[in-house]
Amino acid sequence: MTSAGHNYERGRSLLQMMERIRAFEEQACLAAERDKLVLGAIHPSIGQEAVAAGIMHNLSKEDILLSTHRGHGHTLAKGASSLAMMRELLGREGGCCGGKGGSMHIADFSVGMLGANGVVGANITIAAGAAHAIRLLGDNRIVVDIFGDGAVNRGPFLEGINWAVVFKLPILFVCEDNQYSATTKTKTMTGGDGAAARAASLGMRSTVVDGNDVEAIADTMTDIAARLRDGGPPEFLHAKTYRRMGHTSFDPAAYRPEGEAVEEEKKNDPIERQRAILRAVGMTEDDIQLLHQNAQKEMIDILQKAAGTPFPASDTAFIDVQDIGSPAVEAY
Amino acid sequence: MPKLSYREASLAAVQQSMRSDPAVWCVGEDLGRGGVFGQYKGLREEFGEARISDAPISEAAIMGAALGAAMMGTRPIVEMRFSDFALCATDELVNQIAKARFMFGGQSRAPMVIRKPMGLWRSSAAQHSQSLESWYAHIPGLVVACPGTPQDNYSMLKAAIACDDPVVYLEHKGIWDIEGDVDFSEEFEFGKARIRRAGSDVTIVSWSNTANIAVEAADTLTEKGVSAEVVDLRSLWPWDKTAVLTSVAKTGHLVVAHESVAVAGFGAEVIATVAEKAGHTLKGPVRRLGAPRSLVSYAPNLEDQLRVTSEMIVTAAQDTLEKAS
Repeated sequence: MTSAGHNYERGRSLLQMMERIRAFEEQACLAAERDKLVLGAIHPSIGQEAVAAGIMHNLSKEDILLSTHRGHGHTLAKGASSLAMMRELLGREGGCCGGKGGSMHIADFSVGMLGANGVVGANITIAAGAAHAIRLLGDNRIVVDIFGDGAVNRGPFLEGINWAVVFKLPILFVCEDNQYSATTKTKTMTGGDGAAARAASLGMRSTVVDGNDVEAIADTMTDIAARLRDGGPPEFLHAKTYRRMGHTSFDPAAYRPEGEAVEEEKKNDPIERQRAILRAVGMTEDDIQLLHQNAQKEMIDILQKAAGTPFPASDTAFIDVQDIGSPAVEAY
Repeated sequence: MPKLSYREASLAAVQQSMRSDPAVWCVGEDLGRGGVFGQYKGLREEFGEARISDAPISEAAIMGAALGAAMMGTRPIVEMRFSDFALCATDELVNQIAKARFMFGGQSRAPMVIRKPMGLWRSSAAQHSQSLESWYAHIPGLVVACPGTPQDNYSMLKAAIACDDPVVYLEHKGIWDIEGDVDFSEEFEFGKARIRRAGSDVTIVSWSNTANIAVEAADTLTEKGVSAEVVDLRSLWPWDKTAVLTSVAKTGHLVVAHESVAVAGFGAEVIATVAEKAGHTLKGPVRRLGAPRSLVSYAPNLEDQLRVTSEMIVTAAQDTLEKAS
């Protein structure tokens, strides 16, 4: 079922990925609040799924991704196993980081996901270095580095973006702008004309996109990825979206104007917007519901499996620190 | 066996490592012209711009980018110019590099050498003279190296480049010109001290340039009829407890000397370890020599107030011997 100018299969696949991300995070929040199984903080990206789905649709597993503390969606969309991720959130054996990282340090190197980061903006220079290595190694991969709007006020934003420009690296920096820096409105703490303008001032081609329009993001990313693979200079994408929940799953976000989040959900939910686009080109309600139900079922199942998985063996606390002077041999 | 300066020894180590492993590359400010102390001289000509890479004055980006590149399978040598400037990249070193392997469950490694020339360098004042090796010894995930001689600056740097862990490599910038025989076939093993002087009356534990000063002190002590053993730790993590404990078991007297601030310095770790494991074998009080907890000045006479001298080490050794129980 297609209509002129619209890639139906891609559109359906984008919706499917957003449904999976949403369902994963809803289950993760339940695991935290209802079940008390997620012990540390998690930072949900509910309402921001279009960025993960739209960008990752254009990457292969060989391409490289670095993300933030709010990185579940990016990681899932890059191809990581939902079960390994949920196990990680629960700190269990078989978690993608063996239960050592948790939500904020989720990573799956087997799909090119080199890590979420617990320090805002820190991934920017690391990602530039990954792209630097690709230049040194002389292959055709590209790097995508995603950070939030708060990161534009950290030093590594300047240093990392300048670095990529100077060395002409195959990297796309994405500012996933959910409008809040932890619990403060970013606009009130940021000078100038925004993230894209800052990147442009360093000589980087910068694009602004509606961060809740998954089709627009995927289209934009198709073009950017082609330019980067073609040897083009690094680029910047400012995706404007909205964080529907608090900073963490436990944050009621009482600092927001009343009704703001409800209004956003009503008018600008990326999943509803994509459903509307697909309905208009003939997607049936049954199929829409099928994608939703499948995602729900997958994530309910993996939460149950993760909850039934044991914690890692205690002696792994001393493994993978370092080879030379390892605490597994002698801690002091 | 060639006679090389401390600087030339490091240059030879980098050059040989780069010839044998194409994954090794260097990144830092002013490397193309040979580095701020000339320790990269000629490498740009041999290896080109990509592998001897100049960098903007962006310490955080140099350190962070090196981590990204290391996780991708290259082996960067990071140059920080002065160890003091590395403080601009503390998050990258402590929160990122040191944790990149563990935090991601062993999926990645961060094989890299972070060269941070440290120490007193005449009239360089408070922001170009520090020795902060004890900070790095405190950070799980890091290996810490403090070479004090041309031979060690060759063997230890080669070992650091070959190591799969991140190595904080602290050359002493006051001794770039000291010369010594360098045996290219000598291999270094982290955590193995070098007995710089064998002796039987008192153990002097040190590292970096202070180990050279301790050797001078040992020579003076010999003239005074005291046989001092100088243990140059060379690496602070891991460090050679066995060498120290073996020496102390023999002498019963311990002096620890380092250029960095005495308070919470690595000397405290050495002494605490001896106290825990061999306290009952000590025959006299331990003596710890380090800089007073003050700041390095510009004026030479003020700067000298913070130095640990050969005379101070001699006095400390005599003092513990005089107070033998």
